[in-house]
Amino acid sequence: MAVAAAPATELARVKAVVGRQTALRRLALLAPALFIVFLFGVCPLFIILIYSFLESGAYGGVDWVFSTDAYVSFLFTRDMFDPSVMSFNSSNLEIFWRSFLLALFATAASLLIGFPTAYFMATRPRSTRTLWLFLITLPFWTNLLVRTFAMMLLIRDEGFINDGLIWFGVIDRPIVMLYTDFAVALGLLYSFLPFMILPLYASLEKIDFRLVEAGFDLYANRAKVLRRIIIPLAKPGIIAGSILVFIPALGAYITPTLLGGGRDLMIGNLIALQFGGSRNWPFGSALALILMSVVLVFLMIYARVSSERNVQHG
Amino acid sequence: MADVAMKPVDPVRALSRRELRRLDLAYQPGFKPVAWFCILLLYAPILVLAVFSFNENRSVTRWTQFSLKWFRDVIANENIQAAALLSLQVATAATIGATICATLAALATTRTLPYRGMGLAYIVINLPLMVPEIVTAVATLAFFALGRVVLGLDLGVFNINLILAHMVFCIPFAYLPIRARLSGMDRILEQAAADLYATPWQSFRYVTLPLLTPGIIAGAMLAFIVSIDDFTISQLVAGPGQTTLPIYIWGQIRRGITPATNAVSTIMLVVSIIFVSLVFFLGQRRRR
Repeated sequence: MAVAAAPATELARVKAVVGRQTALRRLALLAPALFIVFLFGVCPLFIILIYSFLESGAYGGVDWVFSTDAYVSFLFTRDMFDPSVMSFNSSNLEIFWRSFLLALFATAASLLIGFPTAYFMATRPRSTRTLWLFLITLPFWTNLLVRTFAMMLLIRDEGFINDGLIWFGVIDRPIVMLYTDFAVALGLLYSFLPFMILPLYASLEKIDFRLVEAGFDLYANRAKVLRRIIIPLAKPGIIAGSILVFIPALGAYITPTLLGGGRDLMIGNLIALQFGGSRNWPFGSALALILMSVVLVFLMIYARVSSERNVQHG
Repeated sequence: MADVAMKPVDPVRALSRRELRRLDLAYQPGFKPVAWFCILLLYAPILVLAVFSFNENRSVTRWTQFSLKWFRDVIANENIQAAALLSLQVATAATIGATICATLAALATTRTLPYRGMGLAYIVINLPLMVPEIVTAVATLAFFALGRVVLGLDLGVFNINLILAHMVFCIPFAYLPIRARLSGMDRILEQAAADLYATPWQSFRYVTLPLLTPGIIAGAMLAFIVSIDDFTISQLVAGPGQTTLPIYIWGQIRRGITPATNAVSTIMLVVSIIFVSLVFFLGQRRRR
């Protein structure tokens, strides 16, 4: 190391020292953010991984005894009198399936509304485009709880919509909308619609309209241009937007609790319940991890799609 | 098309509008009404909520007369004052902490050749955006409960539990705009400073930092908004007596709504709208 003979090795030594200093500086700069996120964001996930393999404590919390009960009870119920007898119980699967369907519906509906909107935005002149972008971004940053509450006021039995319809004489008794699946689906759509529009807009804005012109030159009509040129070019945006709506909708907590009433649960409520009233922390942890792994699969698809997009345009 | 034909307007003008539309490559029939419907869907509920917070009546849906009495009630309500104060304290502390962490991290992950671990650092910093909120909430709850049992740490003192939980998800929100601003900056100015014998600290203090300030302000504002708006994580992490403003609103909604609930909600909406508008339009002006 300390052999400082030829200038070439001297240069290498200086380079190594500088390199080490740069690495140290980077580490020091990254340390606070990584420390906070790792200790208070990542470690808790490991804690619930451990908790999910423990036994539930009598008064909440956990008993430090290894057990796979939490995962078993996801699918099976133990007999009350003879705990060795287990019977298949589909109620948790049904809640997962319900959440899946509701999230899927919200995703499909937001794509149907979001695509034309994003396309319309992307084809405006530059100045109007900024205003549209602002109008779509704004709800994204406003309080989700307050927005859900607003939706609740609108669709209640004595809410704005029912009162209006009765006043106009369209109906004579209110249509029950609140505390139904419809309300949850509408609430999810309303909550996460901006998540669909923004990535769609990003990919539609980049479209080279000479391609559309070429399509028209080749005697395509508007529908065909849309189907054969625009939609394929917007595919990365469609996939990104769908995943960005689907993931939060699947784990939604505020929306199903306020709009769905207490009866029809989604995964989010079911998890929160285990840490509140019914107090089965290991089971709640297991549920959270199952949700997390479903989300992880979708995130991987998203990462793959967005890296493909970068390659295309890079 | 039909609506154009129905109106008894000057035929030349109607024709030219239709002609224009035909010549517009980008036009797709029916997309414009959908876009306007989308705006209606996003804004109608908030608007109704805001309008009825000015209702004189106790009803949140039947309009009688304009009145500011619910806002007066809200401002005079001691529980709401305490909740607002707690929200502000937590958001301010979390914003300051998160913005400092995010700025430092952005300095280490931009304008450099890729190095080993950079991708991993990027993933860790953005991880809170990817984990479903309810999972983060219960995991943090379990984590703090464990800390209390094993280490005897009560982080409820000075609301440290809420501040730390908020910092975790504020860091990525602050990081992204700061990083975007930094990666768009030229190294030449810092190199010039170094040529003029500035120490690394001086060139950071007098060149990099002033140029980075708009990004830092945007990041801090976004962090502040997401912190003050957060409900799910706060609700599960908060101990007894730690009622933030969203937790208070939740309680009101569950217990029975009055226009006072609308009034608090409207105040929260207005705060968010002001902050986001500032971030958005400052960002737009910068880009030109």
